[in-house]
Amino acid sequence: MTDTTLQYAAHGHGDPHHLRGLQDSSLGHEGPAPKRIVTAYGFWIFLLSDIVMFSCFFAAYGVLLRQTAGGPSGSELFDLKSVAAETAFLLISSFTCGLASIAADVRSARWYQVAMAVTGVLGLCFLALEAREFADLVSRGAGPTRSAFLSAFFTLVGCHGLHVSAGILWLLTMMAQVAAKGFREDVCRRLLCFALFWHALDIIWVGIFSMVYLLGSAV
Amino acid sequence: MLGKLDWSAIPIHEPIPLVAAGAVLVIVLAVLIWAGAKGYFPYIWHEWITSVDHKRIGVMYVLLAMVMLLRGGIDAIMMRTQLAIAYHSPGIFPPEHYDQIFSAHGTIMIFFVGMPFVIGLMNLVVPLQLGVRDVAFPTLNSVGFWLTATGALLINISLVIGEFARTGWLAFPPLSELSYSPGVGVDYYAWSLEISGVGTLVAGINLVTTVLKLRTRGMTYLRMPMFCWTTLASNLLIIAAFPILTATLAMLLLDRYLGFHFFTNEGGGNSMMFMNLIWAWGHPEVYILALPAFGIFSEVVPTFSGKPLFGYRSMVLATMAICVISFMVWLHHFFTMGAGPDVNAVFGIASMIIAVPTGVKIYNWLFTMYGGRVRFETPMMWAVGFMVTFIIGGLTGVLVAVPPADFLLHNSLFLVAHFHNVIIGAVLFGAFAGYTYWFPKAFGFRLHDGWGKASFWFTFVGFYVTFIPLYAAGMLGMTRRMQHYDVAEWRPWMIAAGVGTILMTIGVICQILQLAVSIRQREELRDTTGDPWDARSLEWATASPPPVFNFAVMPNVAGEDAYWLIKEKAKRDTLETREPDYRDIEMPRNSPTGFVCAFFASVTGFSLIWHIWWLVGLGLAGAFATFVVFAWRDHDEYVIPAQEVARIDRVNIAERRAAMNMAETPA
Repeated sequence: MTDTTLQYAAHGHGDPHHLRGLQDSSLGHEGPAPKRIVTAYGFWIFLLSDIVMFSCFFAAYGVLLRQTAGGPSGSELFDLKSVAAETAFLLISSFTCGLASIAADVRSARWYQVAMAVTGVLGLCFLALEAREFADLVSRGAGPTRSAFLSAFFTLVGCHGLHVSAGILWLLTMMAQVAAKGFREDVCRRLLCFALFWHALDIIWVGIFSMVYLLGSAV
Repeated sequence: MLGKLDWSAIPIHEPIPLVAAGAVLVIVLAVLIWAGAKGYFPYIWHEWITSVDHKRIGVMYVLLAMVMLLRGGIDAIMMRTQLAIAYHSPGIFPPEHYDQIFSAHGTIMIFFVGMPFVIGLMNLVVPLQLGVRDVAFPTLNSVGFWLTATGALLINISLVIGEFARTGWLAFPPLSELSYSPGVGVDYYAWSLEISGVGTLVAGINLVTTVLKLRTRGMTYLRMPMFCWTTLASNLLIIAAFPILTATLAMLLLDRYLGFHFFTNEGGGNSMMFMNLIWAWGHPEVYILALPAFGIFSEVVPTFSGKPLFGYRSMVLATMAICVISFMVWLHHFFTMGAGPDVNAVFGIASMIIAVPTGVKIYNWLFTMYGGRVRFETPMMWAVGFMVTFIIGGLTGVLVAVPPADFLLHNSLFLVAHFHNVIIGAVLFGAFAGYTYWFPKAFGFRLHDGWGKASFWFTFVGFYVTFIPLYAAGMLGMTRRMQHYDVAEWRPWMIAAGVGTILMTIGVICQILQLAVSIRQREELRDTTGDPWDARSLEWATASPPPVFNFAVMPNVAGEDAYWLIKEKAKRDTLETREPDYRDIEMPRNSPTGFVCAFFASVTGFSLIWHIWWLVGLGLAGAFATFVVFAWRDHDEYVIPAQEVARIDRVNIAERRAAMNMAETPA
């Protein structure tokens, strides 16, 4: 060690940018956050990235909305009643998913399983309606290959549907896991992430309902 | 049964890829046989492949990057050789092969050299700098690495089975659509990037959560080392930008596989939408690579100048400003789209504005050196070389940010020279600086300084000899991606660039020799104290290599340059003889989840490329089953008893005391 470095020490080297006031008060840091916080935080960030991905499909839909290539447009295709039913199924499933979280909080395995099962069934109803809509469009010659508009429509809505399908797979896994392992700490952390995921799908569906179906019906 | 795959996929009539692949295969087999004969397999499996230790994963990332650097470098040598020869002649490579070479070169260098290199260094260093025991999600970290490796594997498979894309590194439609690229090349490109992109996203989520939620006591945001700040900024960009790449390539794949019309010429598709989307990812990507490099220089320059970083807070601000503005400049990649003067002007001005925070950083590094006792060791050489090179690259960048100038220079070799100027100057020099700087931390001995300096000088000079001629040729009107030419004025510049490539190749050889020599002389180069450079941040406060738990006792941070403060205190006060309060430490258990998951991802990716649908289903089911098995395990942590922690820590403390006493005795 040389004289220079010691000199720095003498000149308040430990605080070269005079942050002492800042450091002692509001910015104090207690150390690493507990695991539950860390897990949920990381999963929130994943959800944000997922929303960025959806935003690309939304953007593509916006750009290609009028590119029907002589084919049918949204107003000729969309059946808003069926879409309203889909919305109802999904929103109610979010409510029952919330009930499942409460049941998990009070460690009631029976009510947890019931609420999760209802959530899953509602999710399946949503998927069935969506599949019926897609099959109907394809049978009317309005499949995704018909025009750029329909490509964007099927991709955006289908991507959400894929997320719901993956969610149901996850839901079943979580039911099995609670049955096998009980409300263990790591299982509860996963439940928290699952609930976040399921509610986020609702948020995206609200976007799809208003941007794709309501705005699309006007074109 | 096997989809599109049959014997015609093996390029038997093309000797070059076959010989290259054969050589790679022989090397891989030789390494495997050697490892098997020495009985290393259990060690490699238990200590590396299944490891969830952030340091090990970081090392594997860097190793992957270096291997792929050789592959991408060989592509570069082939391109420069072709252009040095192909004047009034077809050269060595026919167009369809040459197109694959430049596409593979770009794809590999960005996705499988730049990305794993910086992510590897962040993985290795950031938890140590934050004073914590691991990243936020250790197993996920392993998954992320192995998915990146899957992408690299698929790209290398394309060398022997089928072909690679002939579309350039971003596969612009309509060229990349099925009607113009009917082969599997674009599919190799897109699927390998989809899979490795998931790996990158996972790494991004992991590192952001680590920086924001896992810091040791007293490590407030404004006490974090600069490298942690640039890690935060870079990974925030990953989280915001990589989903765009995933979505865009998904649209391209839907066009190719299911006849959708996102970017096609028919059915109302819009290929300019691809340009906008891909560059909305692509420009932040530049900063995803460059910001960690800036962070490395912000560690190297203060250490080797013996001074704290000049303008720490302005550096933080500049980093976060770049993080935000990088999302507002994407259109400068295609001013020639014809968006009109108003749009072009906005993006032109934004592109010049982003040069301002970068300039702030340059001045901060210069002022850090000013008045310091600068030690020109290898990492510092790379840092100074970077400053000179990057300023030139930045200035030509500001030049092409002017839309009228860009109309003339668009897609010319001037542009190629510009982005190599910034990417090599910042990212590659930064990666090499970080590699030399943190190597002793990872392995416990330094890299040989002489070979390092030789490598620096060959690479540095070679870079200028290669790329300054490309600026000139671009000014003379030579466009990029040209397989042969007959303009006499370009010829000398192409030959000069070829000579430069030879110099850079010697630089790489020096680097390989440096590693070999250092391993042989590791006893002379041994670092017993854990602090070989007299450095300032917490990663140097523990042994080299650090124990699996990083810190026996979590450090308590009292200010900026946390480790420097500890050293000063130790020198000022009498040495503390009281032993710290050692506790049992819980660490995550190793898990093969990442490796198995990547195995299934490779199977899925390969079968998607070749339309082997039953295998796709099998691969996906396997990946899901892997996660369920992982979720079902009952013991995910193991305990290191306090006595063991104390034993490991006492050794390091004794070494440090001895070193300190030695330093004091002569005085």
